[in-house]
Amino acid sequence: MKNSLLILTISHLKEFIREPGSMFWSFGFPILMSIGLGLAFSGKKEIMHGVGLIPSSNNQEILVRNTFFGGGVPKDTLIEKRFDNENGLTRYAFHITSWENAEVLMKRGIISSILTEEGGKMVYHYDPLNPEGELIQIQLSNFFKYGHLGQDTGSIRPLKTQGMRYIDFLIPGLLTLGIMMSIMWGVCYSLIEKRSKKLLRRMVATPMRKTDFMTAYWASRLVLTVFDSVVLLVFAYFFFGVVIQGSIAALALIFLAGNIAFFGLAILISSHTANTQVGNGMISLITTPMMVLSGIFFSYQSFPPWAISVIKVLPLTKFTDEVRAIVNEGAGIIDVLDGVAILGVFGAVTFFIGLKIYKWF
Amino acid sequence: MNPVANQTEPVIRIESLYKSFKDVKAVNGINLKLFPGEFIAVLGPNGAGKTTLVEMIEGIQKPDSGEIFIKGKQWKNHHAELNRVLGISLQETWFIEKLTVKETLILFASFYKLGEARVKEIIALIRLEEKEKAYVKNLSGGQRQRLALGIALLNYPEVLILDEPTTGLDPNARRELWEILLKLKTERNTSLILTTHYMEEAEYLCDRIIIIDHGKILAKGKLNDLLQACDKHEIIEIGLLGPPPFDFTTVPGVQKSRFNSKDNAFVLEVKRIVETLPLLLKKLEESKTEIAELQCRTLTLDDLFISMTGRHLNA
Repeated sequence: MKNSLLILTISHLKEFIREPGSMFWSFGFPILMSIGLGLAFSGKKEIMHGVGLIPSSNNQEILVRNTFFGGGVPKDTLIEKRFDNENGLTRYAFHITSWENAEVLMKRGIISSILTEEGGKMVYHYDPLNPEGELIQIQLSNFFKYGHLGQDTGSIRPLKTQGMRYIDFLIPGLLTLGIMMSIMWGVCYSLIEKRSKKLLRRMVATPMRKTDFMTAYWASRLVLTVFDSVVLLVFAYFFFGVVIQGSIAALALIFLAGNIAFFGLAILISSHTANTQVGNGMISLITTPMMVLSGIFFSYQSFPPWAISVIKVLPLTKFTDEVRAIVNEGAGIIDVLDGVAILGVFGAVTFFIGLKIYKWF
Repeated sequence: MNPVANQTEPVIRIESLYKSFKDVKAVNGINLKLFPGEFIAVLGPNGAGKTTLVEMIEGIQKPDSGEIFIKGKQWKNHHAELNRVLGISLQETWFIEKLTVKETLILFASFYKLGEARVKEIIALIRLEEKEKAYVKNLSGGQRQRLALGIALLNYPEVLILDEPTTGLDPNARRELWEILLKLKTERNTSLILTTHYMEEAEYLCDRIIIIDHGKILAKGKLNDLLQACDKHEIIEIGLLGPPPFDFTTVPGVQKSRFNSKDNAFVLEVKRIVETLPLLLKKLEESKTEIAELQCRTLTLDDLFISMTGRHLNA
């Protein structure tokens, strides 16, 4: 076997596969994340609200007493009250305690609302920016008034359609995040390390073609990211029932474009970095903001409008939005063409700039 | 001069080579010729400019001025071609740690379009048959250096350039590498430029020695010529129990005297030991000074280097 492009590609693959740590981060981590976050946000069968209840000094909390405790005087204990609701089971945990203690419970996140009673009326104490506090107020005041948590006008039909659950939102994000991380660490860091150990200069002191070297890096990483992504999608299908509703060809196309985009970025970032410590910092500086801002775990729509316009131009945002459109909205090739073009051009430009200024020695 | 020098064109010709880094003149006007089958040692302490010199010959660094001709051609227009002429081993190269010896050689062989047959030959030549399936990370220092040499030899290079190939190796590992190099010289007429700060390596392997410091050639020639050119050929090393009772240079025949604090002895450079030693002993006896240690030997490259620069070679 004398084909140096093929041997280089195989060597890069072997180098990666023989490192157990990187195998875990590449395959194990995205799956663990999807299990953890998927279960945390999708698998919950009941909703639990914690409420602090402060008995007033003259023992006037008649409303609470009559409603919850059949007129008896509440003791200084934790009382759980369940409400059956067609939306699932909503459970309230009332902590009957002092104001000081309730504040501590609030700070610890055990309760999100404190109830007092003044002149036969309930007073709700909560952070107006916390939606749970607001929900508690609406539900409990309904309960005191009508005897159930929801309003009796209108009816509720739970949405269980694929593509609308949190896990459907999460899986495309984990997929694109995995690709970015795999390329930025697997290519960028590995190249910086090869430079710092003088292996790059030793390799270019042979008739090796630099394009072969770079192509092999790209090809080996493509093979690995395809494998990573297929494992994640298969897992998500069998474990959570996540299905790709759109075109597989479109997914393949945007996948390729995303790979090109991050490969180009990796070459540019690694083009001059001399040692791995600086490399570590540079890679984290590039990947962390994208991981936080690009709507991987939660939608970026809650950021201010000016920030959204910035976030939308980040390559990870573009990549993730397009993959989500394919997986959850059934998008086809035509729908993602602009994303493919943007990511492809971004990758090509960063790659050629990086290569032009590349420090091989 | 090497006997082949008069008959053949040099494989490497270097003319007025200069290279500076900021205000440090790493290579400061070096001229050099290497002939086919000739082994040259570039000797000098750390920071003398050895690596900069060889990296310019290897095409890795560009000179500020001066010319380098390898088989009459320059790097500028003949990069790919010259990469096939040279076999190089850099100072402290790390290869891919999780590839085996054989896989590493196959990878580098592919750059020269060479197949597994050549890889097998090289593994035998560098005597790593038992380690061919071992990961590079599990090799000893000597084995790594032999692998680096094996990679340098893959393309049947006419010229080998090895930058401190034996630094940090134990004497056995060093000698094993020397034997491989001498075999190449006799069997393939390979030329070699070797940088080292081990004078015995230069003495054992090389036809010519170039001593450089601060980027300049201090002396060059065959070892014997270099030592002969020095007027003082012999050394008396003497350790005393008390302070020296007189200035040693007052003893007839002693040309230079210095104190070697490492061995706690005086190093006297003399023309002829047989003439000077009796006079010295007699004078010491008269002054009732007791001798702790006495050693007589011929001048070495290290002595020569100290005499030229005031520093040890491997300092």
